[in-house]
Amino acid sequence: MLTLQCPYCGVMAEETELSAGGEAHLKRFGPGSSDADFETYMFMRENPKGVHFERWRHSNGCGKWFHAARCTVTLEVFGTYTAQTSTPPADLLDKIRAARPGFKWREFE
Amino acid sequence: MSTRLSKGGRLVDTSSTVAFQFNGKTLTGHAGDTLASALLANDQMLVGRSFKYHRPRGIVASGAEEPNALVNLGQNGKFEPNQRATTTELFDGLSATSQNHWPSLEFDVGAVNQYFTPFLTAGFYYKMFMHPRPLWKHVYEPFIRQSAGLGKAPKEKDADRYEHFYAYVDVTVIGGGVAGLQAALAAGEAGAKVLVMEQTAAWGGRAVVDGGTIDGMSAETWVASALARLEEMPNVTLRRRMMGAGVYDHGYLLGYERLTDHAPDQDGPRHRLWRIRTKQIVTATGAIERPISFAGNDIPGVMLASAVRDYAVNYGVAVGKRTVVVTNNDDGYRTAIAMVEAGQEVPAIIDARGQGAGDLGEKARKLGIRVALGMAISKVKGGKRVEGVELCRMEGNGGAILETIKCDAVAMSGGWSPVVHLWSHCGGKLLWDEVENHFKPDATRAPTGADGKPFVLTAGSASGPLGLGDVLADADAAGKMAAEAAGYAPATTPAPAGDARDENQMKPVWMMPANPVYELRMKMWLDYQNDVKVSDVQLAAREGFESVEHTKRYTTLGMATDQGKLSNINGLAVLADSLGEKIPQVGTTTFRPPYTPISMGAIGGAARDDVFQPIRKTPIQQWHEDQGAYMEPVGQWRRPYTFPRGNESHAQAVSREITNTRTNVGLLDASTLGKIIVKGPDAGKFLDLLYTNMMSTLKPGKCRYGLMCNENGFLMDDGVVARLDEETFLVHTTSGGAAHTHAHMEEWLQTEWWDFKVYTADVTEQYAQIAVVGPKARMVLEKLGGMDVSKAALGFMDWTQGKLGGFDARIFRISFSGELSYEIAVPASQGRAFWDALMAAGEEFGMMPYGTECLHVMRAEKGFIMIGDETDGTVIPQDLGLHWAISKKKEDFIGKRGQQRTFLASEERWQLVGLETVDGSVLPDGAYAVVHGHNENGQRNMIGRVTSTYYSPTLGRGIAMGLIKHGPQRMGELVEFGKVDGTTVMAKIVDPVWYDKEGEKQNV
Repeated sequence: MLTLQCPYCGVMAEETELSAGGEAHLKRFGPGSSDADFETYMFMRENPKGVHFERWRHSNGCGKWFHAARCTVTLEVFGTYTAQTSTPPADLLDKIRAARPGFKWREFE
Repeated sequence: MSTRLSKGGRLVDTSSTVAFQFNGKTLTGHAGDTLASALLANDQMLVGRSFKYHRPRGIVASGAEEPNALVNLGQNGKFEPNQRATTTELFDGLSATSQNHWPSLEFDVGAVNQYFTPFLTAGFYYKMFMHPRPLWKHVYEPFIRQSAGLGKAPKEKDADRYEHFYAYVDVTVIGGGVAGLQAALAAGEAGAKVLVMEQTAAWGGRAVVDGGTIDGMSAETWVASALARLEEMPNVTLRRRMMGAGVYDHGYLLGYERLTDHAPDQDGPRHRLWRIRTKQIVTATGAIERPISFAGNDIPGVMLASAVRDYAVNYGVAVGKRTVVVTNNDDGYRTAIAMVEAGQEVPAIIDARGQGAGDLGEKARKLGIRVALGMAISKVKGGKRVEGVELCRMEGNGGAILETIKCDAVAMSGGWSPVVHLWSHCGGKLLWDEVENHFKPDATRAPTGADGKPFVLTAGSASGPLGLGDVLADADAAGKMAAEAAGYAPATTPAPAGDARDENQMKPVWMMPANPVYELRMKMWLDYQNDVKVSDVQLAAREGFESVEHTKRYTTLGMATDQGKLSNINGLAVLADSLGEKIPQVGTTTFRPPYTPISMGAIGGAARDDVFQPIRKTPIQQWHEDQGAYMEPVGQWRRPYTFPRGNESHAQAVSREITNTRTNVGLLDASTLGKIIVKGPDAGKFLDLLYTNMMSTLKPGKCRYGLMCNENGFLMDDGVVARLDEETFLVHTTSGGAAHTHAHMEEWLQTEWWDFKVYTADVTEQYAQIAVVGPKARMVLEKLGGMDVSKAALGFMDWTQGKLGGFDARIFRISFSGELSYEIAVPASQGRAFWDALMAAGEEFGMMPYGTECLHVMRAEKGFIMIGDETDGTVIPQDLGLHWAISKKKEDFIGKRGQQRTFLASEERWQLVGLETVDGSVLPDGAYAVVHGHNENGQRNMIGRVTSTYYSPTLGRGIAMGLIKHGPQRMGELVEFGKVDGTTVMAKIVDPVWYDKEGEKQNV
């Protein structure tokens, strides 16, 4: 039973108010893309033991999608941020690097 | 024999008499008794039969850790199995029966199982019942189900009420012993909002039983003064009969409060499940004494030493007149002293250690108690109760019996294990203590919260310390730390001073004697409730089960309702010994919530019957119910399946509704249809991506049918889109699909195309929508008047709005039946009145309401697909012959790339066709089309399946739709379908459009 702060309405939301939306910052591959790119986009997912970037929706609240950076081992939440971005904010990445030296997630380290 | 003492019993009111029943026999106890103490006071040593061998079993413990004394409690709607006698408070009229025996507790036929002990070892079921397989189903399983198991399942509906309760606190203290109270004082004085819960009805825990002084007071007096101080603090809530059930992520905690179990006539809910968010948790859960494994340690009368003491001090009950104490530590001596001080005999303290006890040993000797050092119990004598013990040397195999002592009770103490369950639930790690030989919390590896910092602390014996002074110091520090972590400045007052502990070191004794022969090992019980013995764990180790988690599952050690509270440490010590490893290397199994079983009622709370799942109702629902409609669930809605008249069967009613709609006019409540407004400058562009066909070219005033796929390409929803104006579309979805489709739209708008200027709103419940369907539909609307509904003014797939019979109406010329059809939306508030007006206007035209089954049959007669029938999440529009609804011009839509994958573009996919049985019968729903040969599982090879099947009154025969390999190329061919009874039926592949192929009827 996690609690995450919705960056839109500011509520500290209980997990029962939220819906999980899987891995964050996927790049969409549509018509014209290669089979390999489409496969990666549809099916290949990170499975980190450590910090993960995820999509959540405040579905039983304000209805907004947002992003969260959360450690899958300790459940520490490093921050939540807007859904309208294709990369994690720089200050959040700095915070994670400081707390977890050697941190790496997809192209971010 | 066990009896009530003439004095003692700090928790019972000896002036009161409480009558209760056990196995139909009326017995009496006192107010304040537990069922266990009252049974013991009546010399009821035998309380149940064991799980596997049906051996006689008695009470072992005095609290939540009790493995044996499980009873069926209450009757009828208040019946509940597997209740621990030790945690059941006695009340007048309590009725309990013992479990797992036949025909009676005293004489149990199943007890013959114990003579088959050599055959019923670990893994017995796996080994024995593998072959031949039919015997398992018809012989072994029925026999085992009859003979095994604990209590019986309740047959009647639970008569009690339950509720959930939400709480937000700074510090929650679990445990109301001296450690919990001191931690609460320290946190409360700092100003934190504190909740303290104690699972029993009495505060004080062990210290008030064992004595000792705190700040110069007796433990009992100190507890009273601590409670008085806590009660004065407005920021502290004290709750008895409430257990900390489970610790979860980010400070989520479940508390299980038993409100009326002790007073069933009291009003209010029986149990309350507290759903707590707390910044910090302090577990002051104390420690549990371990049994010792010696032969016959399960005979009624063999109990934990601490429990023997509890019954004497708390309830004034002597478990035995002559109690032998067997121990590996000083604490066991306390029981011997307590029993002698209560006027009972203690023939000997058998101490496995050579050096004996410290101060307590001296005290015991002064009382004249014999202490046998370096000795062990070789075997307990007796059947349904203890008759004596045979002694041998500790270091030996138990073969040489040195002495036999007559006794009627054995008090065993194998040392103490901190209750680490709540600490461990959310990831707290453990350390092995080499001195006390127990696992204790590793404070450096605590469960962490959302901020990455620890949120669980332990206090008192739950941390490891066993002496009163150390316990209080530890608890005081924990309370202060918790308050500080929650944002409060703790006071600087020192911890209360408690007695220092002056005891000799305990000796780890996992088997008694040290190297017992097999005959003794196979009578040494580790897990009483699941009948697991030392020999079983050793066998598992020999057979290669090296992991403690595997051994647990193979032997069922610790898997019973007590979750191995008494057996786990002993079991894994035996495993470690067998493997030649150290205990911490073997490790523990996982501690999972709840700490003890909680009621299903409490988990459900108020969510039962009508409020289990709220039902969505259309504005016309009451009318349907008043007509006696047969309702069926559709998503969260209930829709009329059909409106039977007189003695009609449902099938007859459906046929009448179809015929009447096709010849006269029918009326359908379509309010459940999903309605979503999509609005904005980019609405058309967005819908082009959402639907497989083109929506941006739709003109205002027009409607268009569309298909929606997911990114994988599979069909997820369909419906009619109406363009309201240049920037606004009204999207209709399936009845069950509105919320899902709306969420799908929002996901793409918020997370992928966030630059699109589009808003969406689910307005499903804002409108009542009624379909007027049939050749006479226009006449009904014209009678209502107010709008021109002629073909010229409102053609097929047009929509318009205005005042129809005085109602604010939006009329869509769309048809899901093949008939002339108007779907009319009015504001929900006008829905019922509009329905009534239509019914009145339609009377002269023979109008009848129809239900969902009529709708289904009519759409199947037209070959229209239904989401959820023709689709199941693996079907693409191309499988359904819907190529015409897939745009070839659009560069992109959701699912387009997915559908280009080779396996979805394959010609080998099963495709939609119509099916007609040669004998006119109705095909079974979901039936498979079979061909020659068998697959690798021995099943007939399959080439397709039925997706929808009905009796069509219009055609007078069964019709079906199905997906068949190469179906559209096989028109007119016969296919064989399997039926439920094992026979098959032949069906011809036909065009799925049976009714009005040219679509003339809907276009008049």
